[in-house]
Amino acid sequence: MKIGAIALNTFKEAIRDRILYLLFFFAAVCIIFSRILALLTVGDRVKIIKDVGLASLSLFGALMAILMGVGLVFKEIDKRTIHTLLVKPIHRYQFLLGKYFGLVLTLLVMLLGMSIIFLAVIFAHTFKLEWQLLVAILFIFFELCLVTSVALLFSCFSTPILSSLFSLSFYLIGHFSWGLETLIKKVKPGLGKTLAQLLYHFVPDLENFNFKMEVVQKLPIPPKIFLFSTLYGIFYTVFVLTLALLVFRKRDFI
Amino acid sequence: MAAVLKVEDLHKSFKLGFIPKIKKILKGISFSVEEGEIYGYLGPNGAGKTTTIKCILGLVHPERGKIEVFGLHHLSLQAKEKIGYLPENPYFYDYLTASEFLNFCGQLFLMEKKKKEERVKELLQLVGLENASDLQLRKFSRGMLQRVGLAQALLSSPSLVILDEPLGGLDPLGRKELRDIILRLKKEGRTVFLSSHILQDIEMVCDRVAILVNGEVISQGALHQLVSEKIHFTEVILSGIDTEELKGLAESSSAKGERTLLKILSEENLEKILELVHSKKGKIHSLVPRTETLEDIFVEIVKQR
Repeated sequence: MKIGAIALNTFKEAIRDRILYLLFFFAAVCIIFSRILALLTVGDRVKIIKDVGLASLSLFGALMAILMGVGLVFKEIDKRTIHTLLVKPIHRYQFLLGKYFGLVLTLLVMLLGMSIIFLAVIFAHTFKLEWQLLVAILFIFFELCLVTSVALLFSCFSTPILSSLFSLSFYLIGHFSWGLETLIKKVKPGLGKTLAQLLYHFVPDLENFNFKMEVVQKLPIPPKIFLFSTLYGIFYTVFVLTLALLVFRKRDFI
Repeated sequence: MAAVLKVEDLHKSFKLGFIPKIKKILKGISFSVEEGEIYGYLGPNGAGKTTTIKCILGLVHPERGKIEVFGLHHLSLQAKEKIGYLPENPYFYDYLTASEFLNFCGQLFLMEKKKKEERVKELLQLVGLENASDLQLRKFSRGMLQRVGLAQALLSSPSLVILDEPLGGLDPLGRKELRDIILRLKKEGRTVFLSSHILQDIEMVCDRVAILVNGEVISQGALHQLVSEKIHFTEVILSGIDTEELKGLAESSSAKGERTLLKILSEENLEKILELVHSKKGKIHSLVPRTETLEDIFVEIVKQR
């Protein structure tokens, strides 16, 4: 109930942010532009629309999560609104989770908005509603939940600019961590290989949430992989949120 | 009477600067606030008043010391439910209206919808904002924000109200209204912890005070014990008497037009002057005995330190 009240208030605050609408606008432009791009392509035109559209949802969604997430707690501390809130009968974890779920709700609404535009553009091209695309979108949402928790963690102890850089690095590393796998295969056994293996297990693998190719190519996805990706998302998000709670619990609000 | 708020040996220091340097803010503060009283917490800027309050409210973690609110640990939800807090220079979500903000605060106290709406209406009336309830807080002046702050502090009908510099930003009428509200809270049986450096206001409403200097409580006790009622001198403004005749009776005198201002130290001289005015058919415009004020004590203590 208390978490819900804070989440709803965070949602009300977030939907007033101009950055959100700017990113939404660019995402919509990219999705619509994919149709023009498709006209210039030889081959499967729908594939281009789907590829560009899903990539836009993922990229602009992540930018929304990062740019909004890094200010979640920092703004409250900076504007001192946190002083009025934390003295009410709430635990610090309730405040933090309220902020988190408020932004997740905002991202869900934005993702739904972008998805409607995306599906409409495809419908205009194929006159078919391709519901299987929702699977890829669902996992984009899981990824955004994780990225939001990372932005929230940095927001608890760092400035928005640094937090943005850290969170963006997390996002990029998460999508290119498969490079480490190739490195491990090519490096000879020894300290280098052990370090690379250690790093590989530590860095996030956001490609676990990437079902774009499978969905676009209409390839079968084993349910085991769905389950693994879902559990991976849940556990990683809970882990990062726990870290954020530990940092936030110790903070003094001067 | 039971202690509503008990603070024992509170220590807090902060690391300041690029190369962190430890600065001790609170150096073993102890005091206790009794039920139903208005307790004044005085100190110059930087003495540690706000830090003490933030420790009590859990915004800052003390390094050492014990804080109890109604016998409960100060961070427990049961303790927090009994506290209402008005911060110094309050900042709120400026995109909300006054009534939306108060309703949001009510949700954090898990108040029933109907009860909450009634209470919000009642409080907006109490702080004189009933006509501004649907206005976004960003359009509010500092004084109006202070009033909203007071309303949110009183929302849950708290037994202990903590006010940090509540009179700053208010116009003279607002200050009087706030003093009346504080006295009303006392009448209702609530305890008020008031931090301020506007001494006249503290003197008007507080039962007991603590004076804080450089992170230490230097003096505390009932106001009438701290401030002696002994008359230091008497200020008299009179007219119709030749100033030559007053020589030797007053410590200093100054004349403006027909009126003369005298500072009289002894009671004997005061009687002589009154007799003189009576016999010469002069006129006394004012006669003010000056006792020691809280300000005198405060200035003396701060200077000594």
